[in-house]
Amino acid sequence: MSSTTRGFVGRHTAAERDPRLPPGQYDAHRDFPVLSAEVTPELAPADWSFRIDGLVDRPRAWDWEQARELPRETYDGPIHCVTSWSKLSTDFTGIALDTFLAEVAPRSSATHAVAYSHTGYTTNLTLADLTGGRAWIAFDFEGAPLTPAHGGPARLLVPHLYFWKSVKWIAGLRLLDHDEPGFWEVNGYHHRGDPWAEERYSGD
Amino acid sequence: MTEATVATAGTASGAAGSGAPPIPAFAAPGRAAPSLRGKVDWQPATVVEVRRETPNAVTVRLALPVWHAHVAGQHYMLRLTAADGYTAQRHYSVGSAPDDEGHVEFTVDRVPGGEVSGFVHDVARVGDVLEVRGPLGGFFAWPGDRPALLVAGGSGLVPLMAMVRHRRRRRSTVPLRLVACARTPQDLLYAGELAPLPGEEHTVLYSRAAPAGYPHPVGRLDARAIAPHAAAVLADERYEVFVCGSTGFAEHAGRLLTAAGVPTSRIRVERFG
Repeated sequence: MSSTTRGFVGRHTAAERDPRLPPGQYDAHRDFPVLSAEVTPELAPADWSFRIDGLVDRPRAWDWEQARELPRETYDGPIHCVTSWSKLSTDFTGIALDTFLAEVAPRSSATHAVAYSHTGYTTNLTLADLTGGRAWIAFDFEGAPLTPAHGGPARLLVPHLYFWKSVKWIAGLRLLDHDEPGFWEVNGYHHRGDPWAEERYSGD
Repeated sequence: MTEATVATAGTASGAAGSGAPPIPAFAAPGRAAPSLRGKVDWQPATVVEVRRETPNAVTVRLALPVWHAHVAGQHYMLRLTAADGYTAQRHYSVGSAPDDEGHVEFTVDRVPGGEVSGFVHDVARVGDVLEVRGPLGGFFAWPGDRPALLVAGGSGLVPLMAMVRHRRRRRSTVPLRLVACARTPQDLLYAGELAPLPGEEHTVLYSRAAPAGYPHPVGRLDARAIAPHAAAVLADERYEVFVCGSTGFAEHAGRLLTAAGVPTSRIRVERFG
């Protein structure tokens, strides 16, 4: 598929490439680049809340104190950005989305969700990608509160998909019985975003 | 080109039935037509020119077999493949104007230890074939139909220069304001093109060193420098603001603009890692 570029010698040989890197990704190591299309909001924990509604039996919202009382988990695996960087080792602390979802009782008709931020950024996910211990509401990174530029006070963390799905300044989930593309998805990006399938853009 | 007003997930609130509050609209919904009409594939592109811009930046001009006019502000992916099959790919903003049929230009900063930028600086020459994919990104894009304030830090000027060039090439009279920040005069990209034409207002600021008698103080972009531009934006509701630069620059410029009263809904940001 790809043709050899005259004179190009990569940082590694193909054999040395870390097998934990999905196709087309490079290791950002200690760097944690910031990507977002908007001005970083000033959102204090006291002004943060997280709501789940839509196709659930008991819609509800949690404020900062209520969310922080839920049992915490850590995630220390890789994350992958569509702009080609990956971090192979991270240290996020947060609460499993399963914990929140158990309290709202999703209906059997719920198959998808729109996740949205306090600024109105949206993205679409299947409920299957948000459950089963694969998604969190994260509020600490490497033992310190998430910085605003990285989505603090709290962001969605769905590390098995490209990181534009991990909504910064998360405000809520709306459960739906159909797929509804969000901000980047209507701007040409893939609806699911599996890095191992290199689902970057529409049609990938 | 056809311009589409793109609504984000605004219909989700309706789908959820009564009682659920509406999901807020994204700060500045994309209104440039999505670039990817169907699948945009990788293609071989031939280097037709390599041009030094500054000690730290070169422009590479590519001829593309399959060419779609970009919207100023959009980017491409560039992929290099070693003899053993190892590949590296990066995103680069297009610096050239959309009306440049069959060609695109990227201006590439040398990143210390960068395998792709190092290749572009040290190896690439006319006749080389590189792989590209694009144009990509439908949000940080200016079709040229309304006034804009462009705020650039360093190589953040690249996609914003595509906007300046687009306006000039189209002989547009739409007001355009540019605030370009560079470390020193020798680091300033496209210096030869940065004299304002009618309808343009330019402010070039230096953070480390400036020529003797330069009218602006040397230092970081500040509220005083942004004030006249923010005032112009506030005086005309059609204005949009595009900020591009490093994360530190983008965060700083965003704070200055919002402190000057510019609503976040009118600011689009592109951060270079």
